Amino acid sequence: MNKTVNQKAWFLVLPVLLLVAFSAVIPLMTVVNYSVQDTFGQNQFFWAGLAWFEEMLASERMWNALWRQMMFSGIILVIQVPLGIFVALNMPKSGAWSTVCLVLMSLPLLIPWNVVGTIWQIFGRVDIGLLGYTLDALGLEYNYTQDTLDAWVTLIVMDVWHWTSLVALLAFAGLKSIPDAYYQAAKIDQASRWKVFRYIELPKMSGVLTIAILLRFMDSFKIYTEPFVVTGGGPGNATTLLSIDLVKMALGQFDLGPAAAFSIMYFLVILLVSWVFYTVMTNLDKQEG
Amino acid sequence: MAKITLDNLAHSYLPNPASEEDYALKELNHDWQDGAAYALLGASGCGKSTLLNIISGLLQPSQGRILFDGHDVTHAPTTERNIAQVFQFPVVYDTMTVRDNLAFPLRNRGRDEAYVAERVQEIARMIGMEDMLRRKARGLTADAKQKISLGRGMVRQDVNALLFDEPLTVIDPHMKWELRTQLKSLHRDFGHTMIYVTHDQTEALTFADKVVVMHDGRVVQIGTPEELFEQPEHTFVGYFIGSPGMNVIPARIEGDKAIVNGTEIELGHAYRPQEGKLEIGVRPEYARLSQAEGLPVKVRRVEDVGRHKVVRADFFGHDINIIAGEDDHVGADMNRVTFDADHVNVYADDWRVAPSERTTPAGEAA
Repeated sequence: MNKTVNQKAWFLVLPVLLLVAFSAVIPLMTVVNYSVQDTFGQNQFFWAGLAWFEEMLASERMWNALWRQMMFSGIILVIQVPLGIFVALNMPKSGAWSTVCLVLMSLPLLIPWNVVGTIWQIFGRVDIGLLGYTLDALGLEYNYTQDTLDAWVTLIVMDVWHWTSLVALLAFAGLKSIPDAYYQAAKIDQASRWKVFRYIELPKMSGVLTIAILLRFMDSFKIYTEPFVVTGGGPGNATTLLSIDLVKMALGQFDLGPAAAFSIMYFLVILLVSWVFYTVMTNLDKQEG
Repeated sequence: MAKITLDNLAHSYLPNPASEEDYALKELNHDWQDGAAYALLGASGCGKSTLLNIISGLLQPSQGRILFDGHDVTHAPTTERNIAQVFQFPVVYDTMTVRDNLAFPLRNRGRDEAYVAERVQEIARMIGMEDMLRRKARGLTADAKQKISLGRGMVRQDVNALLFDEPLTVIDPHMKWELRTQLKSLHRDFGHTMIYVTHDQTEALTFADKVVVMHDGRVVQIGTPEELFEQPEHTFVGYFIGSPGMNVIPARIEGDKAIVNGTEIELGHAYRPQEGKLEIGVRPEYARLSQAEGLPVKVRRVEDVGRHKVVRADFFGHDINIIAGEDDHVGADMNRVTFDADHVNVYADDWRVAPSERTTPAGEAA
């Protein structure tokens, strides 16, 4: 087939290029710009090369924040994915109750992050919060502002409350797309409930679950507002996740260079993990095919 | 293996069916003989699949009972009925290999591995997939997947019945023929009761000993292919079976004559006076075009379909079809039609009326 060559067609790509340039490339480049320079004020910059990157890689503070961040993302994935699937499996498949469930479950997803944070901040307070007060009254020594474990539990429960619905809704969509004939055939084949899940439901959900895990990983890895509102990173640095630490460094200490280097590495970690996960999942599919 | 009895069976998908219209399956009494091969034939949406799902226990009937060899299994779950069923669209377990797919129904029933391996090998040979046993089922063609579904249906030897719900819809024509032959030979060898749902008359007539024709939630006729052809009990059977279908012409019946537009047509038998909408039905095979004798027709078009010619004609304002032999001459001057009197059937309100000199009372089928 002969292709028509028309260089003017490049103009059609221009709007997208402009949009992407302003929304992503240029802001990112300013960060790159900061990460390789140093400044002593008055808008005077000096070339620093990779010094900030080296400093950050050697910084115990960053590794600790990264470690806490991975713990956080790992824990919420381990809880939210199975819980979401479990909820989806037990939701009514059709009828008015199904709609009611869907609406109720979507509610947490509609609440802005800082509102979620505020809700839990108050909810967990020992003096006036329903949760904190009740736990305290029951004789459990609960105080998320002073106890590391309590702070972590509060953050994790909050995130599970906020985001499990997303996994459940995606899993539910996956389940709904399974034709009845599969369940009927499984009955004829005398498959147990577990086998129906293992060989029909789970494989049919694998696509949406991949998306769910990716979304939840990326989102939880970037989490800032809610823990900032609830614990502010404390007690001490116990819940100082990557974003919180980054903001402290960039805006609290005004260490723009290290913070910029930190940001770029942060971005690359998310990109890398997502890419590896996605590639592994799609390759598994191919191998089986 | 078992005789399956349907006793006053009916089903409606509505919780409180009011009129007969609400029933997807209207009241039905029937014995499926042990070891026979049945075809369940009917247009889409006539209740075929509903009936099949009731027999296999996937659906609970709104009324009536199902008996297997005299045991009431109406409320027994599918697993207790020991039935194999193959669906219209392929169902395979994607993450399993072809071998594990075929072995699945046996393993779920706790059969030992030696037996499973032997059966799987045998079935794989039957469906022509011996060299694919190690492959994952995901990514196979629809054809291959449906063959696996069929294989899973056939792998158990001790089933009470094998139900097929339009299993060859997605299979390509060449393979269709081969698989149907395999199913027939399976039936010959093991004598399972088989019920084969289809809307394809060729498939039904070649597969089955007995064909059950359904229309609008009702079984309208059960018979051998020959009976369906010669004496359709309902005008639907006449239309649906045969290519082209039976000619149905409104008429008045007077004794052994039918009167169409004031013209008399000989009937092979005498009939009692009938009520309702009266029609006569003649298969195109029993109509003959001629020059001199019979009633006037206007030939519109002649289609040569190979082994014979189909003449489309106008008969007192009704379309009729006439079949002429391959070598018969159809001339421009041939504008009369005769009917073979012995093969003209009479219908009152769509149901066949038995002639009065027979012992069976008129209108029995209704």
